[in-house]
Amino acid sequence: MKSVVRPLTTLSEVCLDADSIRIQHDNALGDKIVADIYASAETIAKRVVTKPPAVKTLDARIDDILTSRIFGYPIMLAILGVIFWFTIEGANVLSALLADALFGFQDVLTGWFTVVNAPEWLHGVLVLGLYRGLAWVISVMLPPMAIFFPFFTLLEDLGYLPRVAFNLDHVFKKCKACGKQILTMCMGFGCNAAGVVSCRIIDSPRERLIAILTNNFVPCNGRFPTLIAVATIFVAGTLTGEYSTFMIAAMITGLVLLGVLITFAVSWLLSHTLLKGEASSMVLELPPYRKPQFGAILYRSLIDRTLFVLKRAVVMAAPAGALTWILANLYIGDTSILVYFANFLQPFAQAIGLDGFILLAFILGLPANEIVVPILLMSYLSTGYMIEVDSLEELRAIFIDHGWTWLTALCTMLFCLLHWPCTTTLLSAYKESGSTKWTLLTFLLPTVAGIGVCFVVAQTVRLLGLV
Amino acid sequence: MNSTSESHQQMLSRHFGITPAANQFVVALAGNPNVGKSTVFNALTGLRQHTGNWPGKTVDNAQGTFTYQDQSFLLVDLPGTYSILAHSVEEQVARDFICFGRPDVTLVVLDATCLERNLNLALQVMEITPNIVVCVNLMDEARKKNIQVDIKALEQELGVPVVATAARSHEGLEELQAVLYQVAKRNLQPRPKRLVYSPEVEAAVEQLLPKINRLIDHKLDPRWVALRLLDGDQNFIDTISVHLELNPLQITKEAAV
Repeated sequence: MKSVVRPLTTLSEVCLDADSIRIQHDNALGDKIVADIYASAETIAKRVVTKPPAVKTLDARIDDILTSRIFGYPIMLAILGVIFWFTIEGANVLSALLADALFGFQDVLTGWFTVVNAPEWLHGVLVLGLYRGLAWVISVMLPPMAIFFPFFTLLEDLGYLPRVAFNLDHVFKKCKACGKQILTMCMGFGCNAAGVVSCRIIDSPRERLIAILTNNFVPCNGRFPTLIAVATIFVAGTLTGEYSTFMIAAMITGLVLLGVLITFAVSWLLSHTLLKGEASSMVLELPPYRKPQFGAILYRSLIDRTLFVLKRAVVMAAPAGALTWILANLYIGDTSILVYFANFLQPFAQAIGLDGFILLAFILGLPANEIVVPILLMSYLSTGYMIEVDSLEELRAIFIDHGWTWLTALCTMLFCLLHWPCTTTLLSAYKESGSTKWTLLTFLLPTVAGIGVCFVVAQTVRLLGLV
Repeated sequence: MNSTSESHQQMLSRHFGITPAANQFVVALAGNPNVGKSTVFNALTGLRQHTGNWPGKTVDNAQGTFTYQDQSFLLVDLPGTYSILAHSVEEQVARDFICFGRPDVTLVVLDATCLERNLNLALQVMEITPNIVVCVNLMDEARKKNIQVDIKALEQELGVPVVATAARSHEGLEELQAVLYQVAKRNLQPRPKRLVYSPEVEAAVEQLLPKINRLIDHKLDPRWVALRLLDGDQNFIDTISVHLELNPLQITKEAAV
């Protein structure tokens, strides 16, 4: 070891000198060096290459607009908003159709059970629990997915996503994170577990961890139908017509933006505390725009994504539905176990603008976020309000009967955006980070953020007497 | 011709899994992705190649041999990268081999149809080693697109030998081999033009140079080391401290880790 001491000391000396110079220049020397290399390459290329008169390609002209300083952000926002608008408009119609069909069949099922004189509890577990859970998942969750996914795959196919990464790169750099993180967030839109796995495209381990830890701040397709459902129920109750869809789309876009803002904030926080370091630069190639292949898009988005996610939801929803029914119908004294749990959670839930049933639904929804709304509906319905639910208006009535105000709706949406990731995502985070510590943090970060935000919102609104 | 030195041989095999035969020249093959680097590699080596991994990395490593004028060459295909500033494992592998593996010649393949983007890599390699040959490939595609590249002017701008090729049709490969031979034999000594940076970068480099010169003792290009330190590349600092220490025991220990 002795023989290496001298040169290593000198190296650390030089490093200290270099560090102090770098800090004098505000850490900008690295970028300057890269910029100078590129400038030289440009100068030399200009001198030695003769090209036919530069016709600006269509791609380049489109890029000038899509990645421009002025139009870049508004276009991204507009595209997101329009996609949500179409999703909500279409999902309303589809949801109603599916609910009609599926709940119609529930009556048929009940008929069969009556015919064979099946015991009441069996009908309860299988029809009112298992089947109704499934019916809710399919009618509430499937339509938004089936519409949103093809649109999103279309953007992917057109080659728009790398442009989004290009537009947002400098913000990530300010947070000392990697610009490619936006691509992992886009994947997170589909499914956070897939988003976490896609963080492999980030080369620096530090930046990869940041991307894994913050992926859950993007609402996955399991959660944003929940957002749409809650928003629709509450906005539709106060407004009508085209204007209401516009409002809902604006709300959802706003929530997604909030998630993105929180991603930036948490990334910045991590880069300055647990995961200190500088952002590394990267080359982002903007691939040529491609003519989308509509057949392939439909196949990929409907079969690969929608059905895959739906299958997972169904697998989770069936047992969860049955379990919820059992919890709601097993009594200790004159209180059902479900109500007992809900009452236990009530004080805390109340403080963050929710109620015990909502919080319980989120907890039972840990295996899959898709089943939160179905569980919530079932626990409300099984506590005495046995009405046939086939329109949003009646859904709204159920919620209002259970004491919902616009604040409850807002906090439910916020908590849906900001709470623990589902088990699949946590498992992926564990596999990708290989550490219990980082997995725990993946759980805690959004949970703490959600409880904090909901608490502040609920308390402020109540203090100001707005509800 | 450092490939004859025994400790260098040991270092090549321990760190890079490369064992050139005695008197065989080592040529590193660098280039951006999709510039026909593999076509050049295949055209030069034919079937005399095998693939594996870089030691300790999940990055492909292809090696092949060719003979020109009775002189054997070992061609090492580096990962395709846009730069060698070591922001990814691929870039790190390429940089470490060019810098510490000290190949006899580094051949940088450029795409004639988008020279501007490709030149960045050539400029970065030129900062590390003077033993460089530039190959402007895909000349056939450039002609199709009516793009002309003035090879002589490029040679002057860079100060290193430049060969135009269209590896798919074996165009220019003979000349490429001849130039590689001349540079490896040191009959032809490239004089890469030094890249001039902005005044603040140059001033910062000047500040660091005296100490760096003392530290690295001509084993690396001091200017380039200064630039990497100013870039704040922690990974580079770790790598340099391993490679600069020539105590074989130390290298063995580090290689084992």
